[in-house]
Amino acid sequence: MVKKRTIRTIPQERTAIAEQPARERISNFGEVSCGYRQEEALRESERCLLCPEQPCVAGCPVGIDIPGFIHKIGEKDFRGAYDTLTDTNLLPAICGRVCPQETQCEGVCTVGDTLAPVAIGRLERWVGDMAIAEGWANVPYIEPNGFKVGIVGSGPAGMACAADMAKAGCSVTVFEAFHQPGGVLRYGIPDFRLPNEVIDAEIEKLTRLGIKFKCNTLVGRLFTIEEMVGEMGFHTVFIGTGAGYPSFMGIPGESLNGVLSANELLTRCNLMRAREFPAHDTPIELGRRVAVIGAGNTAMDAMRVCLRLGAERVYCVYRRTKAEAPARAEEIHHAEEEGIEFNWLTSPLEILDDGNRGVRGMRCQRMELGEPDASGRRRPVATPGSEFEFECDMVVFAIGTNANPILGQTSQIKLDKRGYIAADETLATSLDGVFAGGDIVTGAATVIEAMGAGRKAARAMKAYLGLRDTETIYSQAADSGEGRLFGIPPGERNYARLRVA
Amino acid sequence: MQEANPDSSFEIVAREDFSDVTYLLEVRHPLMAKAARPGQFVIVMSHEHGERIPLTIADFDRARGTITLVIQAVGKTTREMQRNCTVGTHLYGIVGPMGEPSHIGNAKKVVCVGGGLGVAPVFPQARAHKESGAYVIGIVGFRSRDLIFWEDKFRANCDEFIICTDDGSAGIKGLVTEGIRQVLDRHGDIDELVAIGPPIMMKGCAAATRPRRIRTVVSLNPVMVDGTGMCGGCRVKVGDKVMFACVDGPDFDGHQVDFDDLMFRLQRFKPEEKLALERWQQGCRIEGRDAGRDS
Repeated sequence: MVKKRTIRTIPQERTAIAEQPARERISNFGEVSCGYRQEEALRESERCLLCPEQPCVAGCPVGIDIPGFIHKIGEKDFRGAYDTLTDTNLLPAICGRVCPQETQCEGVCTVGDTLAPVAIGRLERWVGDMAIAEGWANVPYIEPNGFKVGIVGSGPAGMACAADMAKAGCSVTVFEAFHQPGGVLRYGIPDFRLPNEVIDAEIEKLTRLGIKFKCNTLVGRLFTIEEMVGEMGFHTVFIGTGAGYPSFMGIPGESLNGVLSANELLTRCNLMRAREFPAHDTPIELGRRVAVIGAGNTAMDAMRVCLRLGAERVYCVYRRTKAEAPARAEEIHHAEEEGIEFNWLTSPLEILDDGNRGVRGMRCQRMELGEPDASGRRRPVATPGSEFEFECDMVVFAIGTNANPILGQTSQIKLDKRGYIAADETLATSLDGVFAGGDIVTGAATVIEAMGAGRKAARAMKAYLGLRDTETIYSQAADSGEGRLFGIPPGERNYARLRVA
Repeated sequence: MQEANPDSSFEIVAREDFSDVTYLLEVRHPLMAKAARPGQFVIVMSHEHGERIPLTIADFDRARGTITLVIQAVGKTTREMQRNCTVGTHLYGIVGPMGEPSHIGNAKKVVCVGGGLGVAPVFPQARAHKESGAYVIGIVGFRSRDLIFWEDKFRANCDEFIICTDDGSAGIKGLVTEGIRQVLDRHGDIDELVAIGPPIMMKGCAAATRPRRIRTVVSLNPVMVDGTGMCGGCRVKVGDKVMFACVDGPDFDGHQVDFDDLMFRLQRFKPEEKLALERWQQGCRIEGRDAGRDS
């Protein structure tokens, strides 16, 4: 019998995690956080109260049974912990690293009311890493059902949707425009936060479910969404292409050489390996003093990449304060440790030409926080007469993205006012059989939210195909509802077929 | 683990060398051959450590299931491809067709201008305009007679065809703008001019048609990484807007494009390009020496 844990009996301090010292890590692309050792994971698992309210489960976009997997770690049933995690989250090694836990599971943890919350993300990562090291993979017995499913985009939304559809017995093909799969995990998130081996291992697991990845395939241009559900014979299609299309501010000097989007910097450096130029052919300009505009996760990644490429000084320029910065707390913390210089309440006005079409500096103005705006954050207002200039030779924009226009250009699919794909609450689009989720529907969000959207779409896609979803509880009430035909509820596609027949 | 190549292995099925620097590759890709339209481009990666380079589709053959690329060996990647891409070899990656296809079919009398590396990509436009019933005048520019290629293909699809050479060794002596001047003098009813080539040439073409307000379409080829609108490296100034050539173009109104900005932006990686080329040539020399020693 386990003694009941209380807030007084559990280890009071959150178990520290070993990290590469800031001084060393700024000159390599190795992972910053070294991960828990077994005894550390066991100790941290004891800090979970296994409270009945389980606020963490509700705080997780995919609803992982968090107390369940932590309990299994405590019992040294590590494989069991992995099984519990992968019931809901196929990619624990990735999510444990990149989720903003402080605003999700850890943000609502009961222990967090009194002490530091349980390090759920670190425990999740530890289990995920152990699974990779041990070669665990949960490949269920899959009975093929003859349905063909097409997934557009191999990022987190597409991967999550593909896994659910494959487990349901569908033949799943994932199309990717780049030459390697993984989407933002591959081109966007740098190795020091998410090593390529982890992505490879997680994709390998998907291929074991029978999922096929077709790279070098630009859907919309090579073939259209309409062709996929038409002559190509896909019974249903999921679009998870991400937002892409980086924003710029429209200030003078943006077309100078040395000004680029964070997407470009990260893609050159991560996917194309420009940091190993000239051994790899893709070049990247090396700034000595780099200004990065924005304070989200992408901005933090861009700044820290620049440091590792050899920049002497890296500045963050953000018009609000640290409290409003959208990045994960841990990323800001790591960036500070590494010596990034933060300029809060600063807004760029102009990028200055060095006379040779390069960058010599930036002119900015100071801001103050005014009344809250539509996002609930206090709106920054310019301080009159606060303009100033500083020296830099490279400027990176990390201020968000707009919708990628390709699918809108090439299909009749309905878009919303901002150009994102319009989807209803089940993530169905205006085209029959076509679903969409992730950044291309919501605008830029997080990896786990995209995965949540992929899984949500998969539920609707299964219903559309008339497949019984083992995760949906078919309650008595729903089961005895009005309007059934031959025992088939109206929510299933077969119902529509019967009606038509 | 992952299949890099969909529906084909990107095999090079034919090759033709037009000169020391210009070569043609015909690549098997049935889906792309079916989807390609005039004005579109592809991104090619020749090997695993290669860079992604945009190349305009010079021709496509739906029956053979192939697309044709005409490449000028100017930098490290294109010279390396000139050496390595022989018939029977495979490209590591090719993705497309990218960009909005050119608008064909509205114009009754069209001038298609190609210069240098733009000669090949303007060909499918000339053919498409011809097929849509337009009167097509082709103007192509080369440095000298021995660099000329595809004269027969153009002649078969153009109602009038003019060759310009810098040294006067064939056709008109002078730049393509000289050919345009002569054509504009003869024809008062040109609806559209399509110009593909180096930015300085397209700038000259736009300047030539501006006084007569002839619709002028140029195809831009700035620095790109992904070609899908994700990196923004290819942004160009068009009128008072900033656009991404890869998804908003590559065709733009030549009278609106800021060519000076484009030309400066093309210089962005000049030092790196120079370094890569020198290092590669050095490597080739060493390889050559070693091979000599072995034999």
